[in-house]
Amino acid sequence: MLLIPCPWCGPRDEAEFHYGGQAHVAYPDDPAALSDEEWARYLFFRDNPKGRFAERWSHAAGCRRWFTLTRDTSTNTFTNTSAAPEVTA
Amino acid sequence: MTSRRRDGHPAHAGEALRFRYDGRDYEGRAGDTLAAALLANGVRVVTRSAGLDRPRGVYAAWTEEPNALVQIEKPFPEPMLQATTVELYDGLVATGLRGRGRLADRPDPARYDACHAHCDVLVVGAGPAGLAAASAAAASGARVILADDRPAAGGSLPDTGETVDGVPGARWAAGVLAELAERPEARVLTCTSVFGHYDDNYLVAVERRGEAAASRERIWRIRARRVVLATGAHERPIAFAGNDLPGVMLAGAARAYANRYGVLAGRRAVVFTANDSAYEAARDLAAAGIEIAAVIDARTTVPARLEPGAFPGHVFAGPVLPGHVVTGVGAGPDGSVASVTVSAFSGSGLSGSGLSGEREIEADLLLVSGGWNPVVHLFSQSGGALRFDDGLGAFLPGVSVQPVEAVGAARGVFTLAGCLEDGAAAGARAAEAAGFPAPQRPVPTVIPATVAAGRTAATPPVTPPATPSATPSATLSATPPATPPMALWLVPADDYGTHFVDLQREVTVADVMRATGSGLRSVEHVKRYTTAGTAHDQGKLSGVLTSAIVAHATGVEIGDLGTTTFRAPYVPVSFAALAGRDRGALHDPVRVTSLHSWHVAHGALFENVGQWKRPWYYPRPGEDMDTAVLRECAAVRDGAGAMDASTLGKIDVQGPDAGEFLDRLYTNMMSTLKVGAVRYGVMCRADGMVFDDGTVMRLADDRFLATTTTGNAAAVLDWMEEWLQTEWPSLRVSLTSVTEHWATVALAGPRSREVLAGLAPGLAVDAASFPFMTWRDAEVAGLAARVCRISFSGELAYEINVTAWDGLALWEAVMGTGAVTPYGTETMHVLRAEKGYPIIGQDTDGTVTPADLGMDWIVSKKKADFVGRRSFSRPDTSRPDRKHLVGLLPDDPGLRLPEGAQIVAVSPLPEPPVRALGHVTSSYRSAALGRTFALALVAGGRDRIGERLYVPLGPPGDDPVPVTVTGPVLYDPEGARRDG
Repeated sequence: MLLIPCPWCGPRDEAEFHYGGQAHVAYPDDPAALSDEEWARYLFFRDNPKGRFAERWSHAAGCRRWFTLTRDTSTNTFTNTSAAPEVTA
Repeated sequence: MTSRRRDGHPAHAGEALRFRYDGRDYEGRAGDTLAAALLANGVRVVTRSAGLDRPRGVYAAWTEEPNALVQIEKPFPEPMLQATTVELYDGLVATGLRGRGRLADRPDPARYDACHAHCDVLVVGAGPAGLAAASAAAASGARVILADDRPAAGGSLPDTGETVDGVPGARWAAGVLAELAERPEARVLTCTSVFGHYDDNYLVAVERRGEAAASRERIWRIRARRVVLATGAHERPIAFAGNDLPGVMLAGAARAYANRYGVLAGRRAVVFTANDSAYEAARDLAAAGIEIAAVIDARTTVPARLEPGAFPGHVFAGPVLPGHVVTGVGAGPDGSVASVTVSAFSGSGLSGSGLSGEREIEADLLLVSGGWNPVVHLFSQSGGALRFDDGLGAFLPGVSVQPVEAVGAARGVFTLAGCLEDGAAAGARAAEAAGFPAPQRPVPTVIPATVAAGRTAATPPVTPPATPSATPSATLSATPPATPPMALWLVPADDYGTHFVDLQREVTVADVMRATGSGLRSVEHVKRYTTAGTAHDQGKLSGVLTSAIVAHATGVEIGDLGTTTFRAPYVPVSFAALAGRDRGALHDPVRVTSLHSWHVAHGALFENVGQWKRPWYYPRPGEDMDTAVLRECAAVRDGAGAMDASTLGKIDVQGPDAGEFLDRLYTNMMSTLKVGAVRYGVMCRADGMVFDDGTVMRLADDRFLATTTTGNAAAVLDWMEEWLQTEWPSLRVSLTSVTEHWATVALAGPRSREVLAGLAPGLAVDAASFPFMTWRDAEVAGLAARVCRISFSGELAYEINVTAWDGLALWEAVMGTGAVTPYGTETMHVLRAEKGYPIIGQDTDGTVTPADLGMDWIVSKKKADFVGRRSFSRPDTSRPDRKHLVGLLPDDPGLRLPEGAQIVAVSPLPEPPVRALGHVTSSYRSAALGRTFALALVAGGRDRIGERLYVPLGPPGDDPVPVTVTGPVLYDPEGARRDG
């Protein structure tokens, strides 16, 4: 079980968190202006790298805040944990 | 049967325990395992193998046992345990297990529990290395947990009889535990198997506390800064013909039975080895009174310490035969070992051509030592890499990826002095890395094993039996320069049909070669093809052997081939332990409303909706469900009914931007709602699929109350929070769940207005003053209430909200009018289905858009955007053959279609495949319609209204039942009943 550094509560068990997938996938400014393919890319396509991956977590059973972490998906080590929540807007 | 216990051994001082095995009564001693007690009673055949019906005896002495599987019958039935790990207790009844075990036929009366712990240093294993590590780490003041799977500390020390700091190993170990007990930050867990090592040094263990303890077993979930793995090593078997028979045993296991339990596993033993450790076992066994008929060493060079006279008083009865191997086992009448065939061995390869000079030796024990495999399971689980050491012929821990270190035998250090030194250094290092510099301390010292063996305080020296033959006998010298081990995996032969690799799964070398002969190259594939390593011991003995044979057969290096993946659990763990207290009533939280006691008192049956208990229906005496629901439905349509609607999710949405926020999430406009008004809304995911629905009340300019479906309340709040925090942080909005703050009574039916008027004399209830889709604050039954005029049944209806504290009083007042029938969720479902109102999650499944539901009217054309809008113009969501929500009327008005039934266009059914057009989502008997009806999702359904379709229900060959497609609104389609 991962020990996840919540920027508000400190390191807590993974079981307290909700995973939010790839970070920095912003909601498009004007969805109506996108082609079907561009919209489908926003909806359905996400990166799946081996290595560093910026991802969103929510401390669902704690402070209930969303934040962004960078995790190495091959070693499960976290880097670039921000003291304040990053938002993807 | 005569006892096989050593005279005067301290283990026999324990209390006598009676037990029953396979229908016979025996006596054992406190401290025995079931296996030790069986061996002490001369029981050699413990069970038979599942597939080939070969006899099975005790092969090992602890968790690596592959053979001696038992079913516990009393005191509580437990299937598939290893006899070598079952602690004997008085009154135990067990049977040998062939194949699968039997689960208990009654609830387990024992309690199981869980503990969570954090520590600076976790030491796994309380053998010499682990004890030295824990002692060194604890001396620093660090929080230390030492977990060991045996009842007593010491690891292999009681098995080998070795001495530390001048006292017998077991006594030294007890002394270290006493020292740890004095340290306030140290905790020792005995009988505790650490079985999983997960990310960030999260380890899980099971503690077996015994039948008399407050909880029988307890799961420990431990988060450790540093981990020291002192998990020891398993002796390795050798594959040769007949190596599975009772009487064939690991040499170290026989030594453990003699030294730890004082039990002699046989009378006359042949030792088959390729390393030095078996000589020490042979020496101890000779001292204990087992005649050593021969030592068969595959190496051509035997240990230098075998010099005549170097070990006075302890002699082997038979010869040491270097350059020999065991080529066969002769079985006695009971199928156990009666003789051993040995041959001179030269050359290598897989054929039997290098064997010569066969001879047979009489023996009832064949002790095997193919070398030692470090127990790298937890290290590997932690993510650490393994490397193969050619010198030791074993896989060792390589680079670790977590703060974890293996010490002692677990990393290939096989001398006692080395283990003590290794452990002490690692323990101090771990503490220091965790921020606790450890003081310099002397490393415990070792007195050579040869001096101490057989001379523990309570054990008098044993005189060896007279040598029956004149063959040169061997003794051991005191200072052993080790002779390098030979990695002997199997004895070459022409027929590998009884060279067993996995004794429990009955996988032979022939089976493995059949797999490699079929082209399998990965040991993972071979494992799955042959099932080697999938048994109880999870390959503790067979895993590396399988790799070696695959490597041998395919001509690759075993180090390049590697092992199968080591996965948790390291030892079998009962589901009862994993469940702990979370079973029965504590399995999941139960949520009840403030009206619950009334429902119970009035005979309601309950339906689980998420964690909520909701009244399902209220049967009167003699009523079945159908009758009760028809009565409740008729009462609402003809008079007035009331339902407890308190479980609906309620979210208080506040802030200057609350209206804008809701506009972005609901498909329709919420910001234009007037204070005092209510609007129905639908929420979609970004993919355009309906996610939830409910009503929204505007309480003030900057305040709304949104309701959600009962089961989705938490998900909707999470959804709102996610958008608010991650996409729209500039919106000034805050969200609070108020679901449990309110009790809600739905009052429905043509007479509901007069009932409400009677309860709320101050409230103008006429249709003009209190129109549909508005709310009013009022005093109802003397209670402060908020009344909404909304309907989920098509009838004139109200929802009366009061603080949860007042819920019961309100309900009793409503019932006290005598004009209102209580109804449950089933009636609510029927009434809404008659009106074609979908239940999100029942009539939808995450692939349904508002348009599919025929609810285009709920999708705003004015708003530039809202979540899901862009998806409505995707090619897939605008296909004409999407599944639409429609009504179905079976031709037979008494037939209620099963929910989930498939719908097809043709009858009789042609040969498969037959295209399914959709499925029945809701199906009921209707009092108002006087017949059955259903809702369904049907491909292009709105274009099929009036068409005849079919629902296959019966067995193959039966014609499907005919139904007619209708619009979804079957009752009061013009909405005339809304205003009463």
